[in-house]
Amino acid sequence: MSNFPDNLKYASTHEWILVNEDGIATVGISDHAQEALGDIVFVELPESGTSVNAKDEVAVVESVKAASDIYSPVSGEIISANNDLTDAPETVNSVPYDGGWFYKIRLTNELELDELMDAEAYAEHVEEE
Amino acid sequence: MGQHTSLYQKHLDAGAKMVDFAGWNMPINYGSQIEEHQQVRTNAGVFDVSHMTVVDIFGPDANVFLRFLLSNDIAKLDKVGRALYSAMLNENGGVVDDLIVYRMENGFRIVVNCGTREKDLNWMAVQSKAFTVTIEEKPQLAILAIHGPASLEKVCQVLDQNRIAPVQALRNFRGVLLGDWFIARTGYTGEKGVEIIFPNKEAPAFWDKLLAAGVKPIGLGARDTLRLEAGMNLYGHDMDENTSPLAANMEQAISWEPQDRDFLGRQALLEHKKNQDAGNLSKLVGLVLEERGVLREGQRVVSNAGEGVITSGSFSPTLKHSIALARIPVNSQSCEVDLRGTLTPVRIVRPNFVRFGKKVFE
Repeated sequence: MSNFPDNLKYASTHEWILVNEDGIATVGISDHAQEALGDIVFVELPESGTSVNAKDEVAVVESVKAASDIYSPVSGEIISANNDLTDAPETVNSVPYDGGWFYKIRLTNELELDELMDAEAYAEHVEEE
Repeated sequence: MGQHTSLYQKHLDAGAKMVDFAGWNMPINYGSQIEEHQQVRTNAGVFDVSHMTVVDIFGPDANVFLRFLLSNDIAKLDKVGRALYSAMLNENGGVVDDLIVYRMENGFRIVVNCGTREKDLNWMAVQSKAFTVTIEEKPQLAILAIHGPASLEKVCQVLDQNRIAPVQALRNFRGVLLGDWFIARTGYTGEKGVEIIFPNKEAPAFWDKLLAAGVKPIGLGARDTLRLEAGMNLYGHDMDENTSPLAANMEQAISWEPQDRDFLGRQALLEHKKNQDAGNLSKLVGLVLEERGVLREGQRVVSNAGEGVITSGSFSPTLKHSIALARIPVNSQSCEVDLRGTLTPVRIVRPNFVRFGKKVFE
C-alpha cells in the first residue's frame, strides 16, 4: 500500500509539496507515482533560477516503462534541484518523500496551496483513478 | 478477470504485480524489474511462461507438412530433442508468428506466442488440409524458463535424481523428454538455462523447490528487457503479418536450401530479397543512446537514407543506457531519434547487445 504523509500537500498529477516557514517549498513525486512508474532510470530536473507557473512541466522522469512529465504544483522561482538524482535516480523509488525530492522553489502565490489536496483527499483521489 | 496459469497463487504469494497479457493474468514484476533483470544476468531466475501455446504435430505427413509450413527447415533436426527457431509466413511473406520447433520421438512440438494462439491454430488447421497430420494443443502443460549463469546448477539441485544426468548432458538448443517432462536448453534471455514443459499439476511444487534453491521469480517486465538486450524479436512489436522477416533481422529463421523446398511465403521472400538488395526494403538494426534519455517503441527515426521507426526500446539495466531495435532504410549510415521533440543522434549497431552478462557490440 502506498504511503501519504500528513504533513504534505498533493497535486492531482501526483506531486507532493512541503512548505517551510521561510516561504520555500520542496517538491517531489508521491509514493503512488513512483510505484506506478516502476524502476526510475533518469530524472531531468529544472535549472536553478528558472521562474515557473503552477502546472508547468518542470521535470521529466523516465522509468523502465515510460517517460512522464512532472508538473510544478505551485508558481515560483526554482532555488535548487536535487542533483543526487542524476547518479542515483532509484532514490525516487526507495525514499520518494526524503532523498528522492526533485527541487526547491520560492513560492510567489501561497494561495495556490489551497487548491492542492491533503493526504486524505489525495488517498481518495488515488483510489478513484 | 483473465486466464490463470497453474502458478497464479504462487505469483501472488511472491508479491507479484499482476497485469493483463493477451487475456492472461500474468506477473509483470515482483517488486523491482531492474533487480529481477540483474538476478538473471548474474545468478538465476524463473519465469512462468505457461501462457504460451504448446502444439504437438504428428502423423504420417508431419514431416512434409512442417517443411511446407515453416520458413526454417525441420530436416535440420536430425536427432530427437533438437530445437530450431523458425517463422511461419503467409503467402505474402509476412510473419504470422515466430516459434521454436522441437523434434520429438513421435513427431514435433512447437511453442508459439500467447497473443497469436487462435490465429496460429487456425492458420495451421487451414494449411494442413492436404496433409495427414494431427495438430494437438496441449493446455495441460506448464512452461517454466529458468535462466542465468547459475540456472543449470540450481535446476539440477532440485530435479528428480534420474533426470539430472540427461539434463547436465544437454547442449544448447537440445532437449530431452524424461517421463512427461520435456527439458530443453532454449530461452529468450541471452543467458544459459532451460525451459521445462511439464504437467500443470506438478508446476507449483517444482516452483517451490526452485525458490527454495535460491532461484528468484522474474516477471514479464524483466523478460522484455532481457530479450531486448539479447537482440531477440518480440512478435507484434518487431515484426508482424505485414513485415518481411528480411526486414526483421530474421535471416536465421529462414532456410533457403534446398531450393526445391517450396515453403509458404518462399516466392514472396525472393521478391523481398531483390527489393532489399536494391535498397528498397528496410532492415532491423540496433540503436544505442549513450547519453540520458530512453528510446521507446514508436519513436521516429531519421536517417541519411530516409525515415524509420523504433520497434522496441528501453533502458538496458546491464549497460545502464538506452538501447532499441529499429526498422530503418537499408542504406542508413547514421541516424537520429525524435526524443520527445528533440532529434538526438544515436549509434547504429548490430541488433545484439548483451550475451552471458557482457556487452557484445563495439
